[in-house]
Amino acid sequence: MIEQVAQHAMQVHGEAWTVKELFVLPNEYIYWSIQIVMYPFMTGLVAGAFVLSSLYHVFGVKKLKEIARFSLVFSFALLPVAMMPLLLHLQQPLRGINVLMTPHFTSAISAFGIVFLTYSFIVASELWFEYRKHFVLTYSRLEVRLDLGFFDNLRRLFFKTLTLGAFDISEEAQEKDHKAVKVLASIGIPIACFLHGYAGFIFGSVKANALWMTPLMPVIFICSAVVSGIALCILTYVLTQEIRKFMARRRIARWAKDTGAPSFEELRGAEEQEVRTVSNYLLYFMIAAITLEILDLIFRGYTQVKSWDILREVIMERDFFKIFILQYTIGNALPFLMMIWPNRSVRRVTAASVLILFGVFMMRWNVVIGGQAFSLSFAGFMHYHMPIIPHNWETFKEGFFGALTVMITPFVIFYFLNKIFPAFLKDDESVEEFEGVNGKSAPEFSATRPY
Amino acid sequence: MKRRDFLKKSILVIAGASVPLSALQMVDPKKVLAENLDIHWAFLIDTFKCVGCGFCVKACKTENNIPFEANVTRTWVERYVYTKDDRRYIDSPKGALYGYTDPRIDMGMGEYKEIDPDNVGKAFFVPKLCNHCITPPCTQVCPVGATYKADNGVVLVDRSWCIGCGYCIMACPYGARFFHPTLHVADKCTFCYHRITKGMDTACVNACPFGARKMCNIRDIDDPITKIIMNQRVGVLKDEFGTKPQAFYIGLAQEVR
Repeated sequence: MIEQVAQHAMQVHGEAWTVKELFVLPNEYIYWSIQIVMYPFMTGLVAGAFVLSSLYHVFGVKKLKEIARFSLVFSFALLPVAMMPLLLHLQQPLRGINVLMTPHFTSAISAFGIVFLTYSFIVASELWFEYRKHFVLTYSRLEVRLDLGFFDNLRRLFFKTLTLGAFDISEEAQEKDHKAVKVLASIGIPIACFLHGYAGFIFGSVKANALWMTPLMPVIFICSAVVSGIALCILTYVLTQEIRKFMARRRIARWAKDTGAPSFEELRGAEEQEVRTVSNYLLYFMIAAITLEILDLIFRGYTQVKSWDILREVIMERDFFKIFILQYTIGNALPFLMMIWPNRSVRRVTAASVLILFGVFMMRWNVVIGGQAFSLSFAGFMHYHMPIIPHNWETFKEGFFGALTVMITPFVIFYFLNKIFPAFLKDDESVEEFEGVNGKSAPEFSATRPY
Repeated sequence: MKRRDFLKKSILVIAGASVPLSALQMVDPKKVLAENLDIHWAFLIDTFKCVGCGFCVKACKTENNIPFEANVTRTWVERYVYTKDDRRYIDSPKGALYGYTDPRIDMGMGEYKEIDPDNVGKAFFVPKLCNHCITPPCTQVCPVGATYKADNGVVLVDRSWCIGCGYCIMACPYGARFFHPTLHVADKCTFCYHRITKGMDTACVNACPFGARKMCNIRDIDDPITKIIMNQRVGVLKDEFGTKPQAFYIGLAQEVR
């Protein structure tokens, strides 16, 4: 018993989920486990959602107006989650801040702090410009009411703070807001690509790892990031639209009871149009991503350098099911066919998006776990058994439930963010309301509609 | 003086002065000292002399407080067996902590392979440890600079600053790094820094009964071990990575990676 306890206490990080076969160096384990699979997956979603919103703001794809706003808010909800897997993976999570405090610039990870913070500021300020009018209107609506309860008062103060003192919502001011959004979105695209490209660089620059080391890695990561980001936006957009449609039909929510609320048919029409347009972009990026991935594979097979023997065994034999069936067939080929098939419907695109998300997840898995499936000695293999039922903190955070926590968090954050930045806010709605009731200065605004 | 003249003359002075000034260099005294340091540690392993007793592994674990039963180690010994029918077997059970007392090959996953002694073509042992590379990939990738190369060539880890991301472990082509089982920070061979800086040998060099492991100051050309490295044919592991390892091997087989 005592021996068992001692043995358990001496368990090395990674030992719990690594099984070694043939000759593996004594210190080799699968050190980068599920959370490092989640990390590029989540940052990819952030970058992808942002690129989608920029399609409207920068390139003026008018049809994407509604989903652009939605994906911007969603991208903001995903942001804090991008660093969650890193923190859960660190052996010394309390020292995680050191990456920001004492960055060592020859390391790809040290760029994280700078790129991540820059990116957060850009998304946050873009959101602010986008929603400034909403803040002002909400604030003024609350300001004129006399029967404010404690929470409404808090809300009033909160929205007053959010306006940052900029109450001007004249035409010119709004024009400036739009311009700012456009500029920020155009700066944001390269930074979003950098945010994810560098995640690819983290892997691609590890020369010790035969599977990871390729200059294509950052580009592959960016393309698959955009693919996954768009797919998740479609999925979440359709889900929320379905809920809204349901509410509109049953008139459940407060907004649905208003006379000016969008009807069931209006919602359905908007949904179909948005999803059709977005799925086109999804297809373009998918073609780019798959082309690069296949190119990488063919190149390795053709050049047959020293590592190819072991890589071939991993790719073609041991991980065949995960790579060719789960990733390429179910995650890429099948949704691709579903989308190019004529008469694509919202339902089909949504199903395809789920498969694409799965495919991108499998791609991350096959890169991160697959890259550790063989020994540095090229003479042995390591198998990864993801801990499902946690028996200690480590197997929780680096196991199934840790990954699940990371998966769920953005949706929880989105729920709350949506209260502040309503993702489905209609421009004309608020403008009409504002112009119809009063002149210029917002605080004189006299609408009494409870919102 | 007119403004025009003033400007003309100023440009002349700046242009004239910039030539001799460009010859001046900002000198970091530390850098100069480091470049001309009279100590740079290197390691020499004679694979012909190693018998796989595992004393070095035991000594290392004891000296450096690496838990005995933990399946990680700063140094280890590998066994290579080539059969006459051209099969290769490699193993290193527990990093050879208890020595090679079992003739069977550890195939992993609890399987062992019996090899007919008459079928053995050649067999040898290869001790391994951190190579203390001249251009170490592990220090390059540390996001907080917790691992660094000391002026005398030894690659060290600052245990109070390591965040435990594992990037250095991934970056090392030799598998020399691991997470310390109780301290939860990256750990590796330090060439027994606390000993060599006091003029002693490393624990493994001290423990090796056959002199398979030797340590030297490669800047000192009168050092007998340095002479061996300079005069004999020695090899290093995985030189294709451009890491310039400072652990030299006598009798290195090409299959040893």
